[in-house]
Amino acid sequence: MTPVAARASRFDVARVRADFPILGERVHGKPLVYLDSANTSQKPQSVIDAMNSYYRHTNANIHRATHLLSERATALYEGARAKAMAFINAPDAPSIVFTKGTTDGINLVAQSYGRSTLKPGDEVLISWLEHHSNIVPWQLVCEQTGATLRVAPINEVGEIDVEAYTAMLSSRTKIVALGHVSNALGTINPVREMTAQARAAGAVVLIDGAQAIPHLSVDVQALDCDFYAFSSHKMFGPTGVGVLYGRRSLLEEMPPYQGGGDMIASVTFEKTCYNAVPYKFEAGTPNIGGVAGFGAAIDYLTAIDREAALAHEDEVLEYATAGVRRLAGARIVGEASRKTAVLSFVLDGVHPHDAGTILDAEGVAVRTGQHCAQPVMDRYGITATIRASLAIYNTRDDIDALLRGLARVKEVFD
Amino acid sequence: MSDLTDLYQEVILDHNRRPRNFRVLERATHHAEGYNPLCGDRLALFLEVDGDVIADVGFQGSGCAISKASASLMTDCVKGAPIADARVLFERFHRMVTTPPDQAVEDLGKLSVLAGVREFPVRVKCASLAWHTLKAALDRHEKTTTE
Repeated sequence: MTPVAARASRFDVARVRADFPILGERVHGKPLVYLDSANTSQKPQSVIDAMNSYYRHTNANIHRATHLLSERATALYEGARAKAMAFINAPDAPSIVFTKGTTDGINLVAQSYGRSTLKPGDEVLISWLEHHSNIVPWQLVCEQTGATLRVAPINEVGEIDVEAYTAMLSSRTKIVALGHVSNALGTINPVREMTAQARAAGAVVLIDGAQAIPHLSVDVQALDCDFYAFSSHKMFGPTGVGVLYGRRSLLEEMPPYQGGGDMIASVTFEKTCYNAVPYKFEAGTPNIGGVAGFGAAIDYLTAIDREAALAHEDEVLEYATAGVRRLAGARIVGEASRKTAVLSFVLDGVHPHDAGTILDAEGVAVRTGQHCAQPVMDRYGITATIRASLAIYNTRDDIDALLRGLARVKEVFD
Repeated sequence: MSDLTDLYQEVILDHNRRPRNFRVLERATHHAEGYNPLCGDRLALFLEVDGDVIADVGFQGSGCAISKASASLMTDCVKGAPIADARVLFERFHRMVTTPPDQAVEDLGKLSVLAGVREFPVRVKCASLAWHTLKAALDRHEKTTTE
């Protein structure tokens, strides 16, 4: 047995599947085969229960009232912050800012840090692999400040051209923003090395961790990045919650992103003093019920053997890759040497959207389209792909159902 | 969901494989581009209008079978038609694909093969793209989207 197979065999996928009640659903009269977790993951019973219990027993506003429920809600909310801190090995709780999600976190950095520091002539460097949410916020802030957006190219298999990236770094590079894992192709980028290079050039580094966080163990201190943004809903938690990790010294200096309640220390019409971090960046009543669910999602992931889970996902991805490669007329888009959980492909003579409808009728949920990564599609001269994406609960049976569905697609179109 | 064969009827598959009027009109008087941001479908439509009549029509682009077949069928139907009739047909087609599936719809001849799209709500925009682009061309809006 190979080491990966040995690790994967430690993973009890049947037990994991039993934790996710939605996997028992039927769609169009067929058992649900969910292969769209890069879009959003499903939720285990413990997360659903935590949110239910919060609204049933705890619901109150945080940091504001003296009554018992408010105290409980505050403890739950701050408890989740402590869990998030431990989960990504952040040095302290104030470096964890709760957001609406990855997109919100990136916009926060662009509009607070970027807008207050960028000047004409400065450069923001991203890669060709980025999701629109790690492109557009930088375009906006570049437009506002006169800075220039630069894009590191990718090669034919979907890896960032690190040599070209290195050559693009200079004293003009003020911010580097990179996806940890590509949502469209599944490429794992060498963000640790790329971060070190960027920081050596004097840039501040943001990592978009949306697609990495459900699969890889993330240690922000080891990565040594300045910001790391991710979403709860990609890692088995609810939608509408995310985390922005920020280097404490930077967060302290940054101006607020939004104004409102809870982000202030004192307000008069003449002068407002802002609250300390992270509260300075958490204006208004947050998604407390969502944070309760997010805390439970962290507990869920912390309790499983993540090394074994990743090995299991790798094995299913390998099986899927081999299966699709055997299909006549199929072409895999993105064959990086380091990949996780995503298989993007096209079929000769069949538009991905048509394939998606036929697969759906077979109970198989995939995403079809440009995956919010239009530049990646343009790079390969295609308009869309079929994307099957995996989570810890997927099995070879799911892939067999996908392959049967793809055979049905060919039947309709041949 | 109803059977897939309601959506992918032979006529649709045929128009997808061999789209009619799939060409650029050198002497186009009207032109518009349609875009469906959901799936990245793009369609360029060319009209040669002579007086009140659409004397010739052609289209180019990439898209799913439904959008391509719909564009192909549309060009067949409006070629040689008075502009006023094409506008009425736009309304009738739009009504057909947006009527809930449990309600009866008007028979639109060969365009009726697209009535099956009502069972697949996310695909209605695919069927409508060409028609919205036609309307934009006639209204002289150069770009349109299904959003």
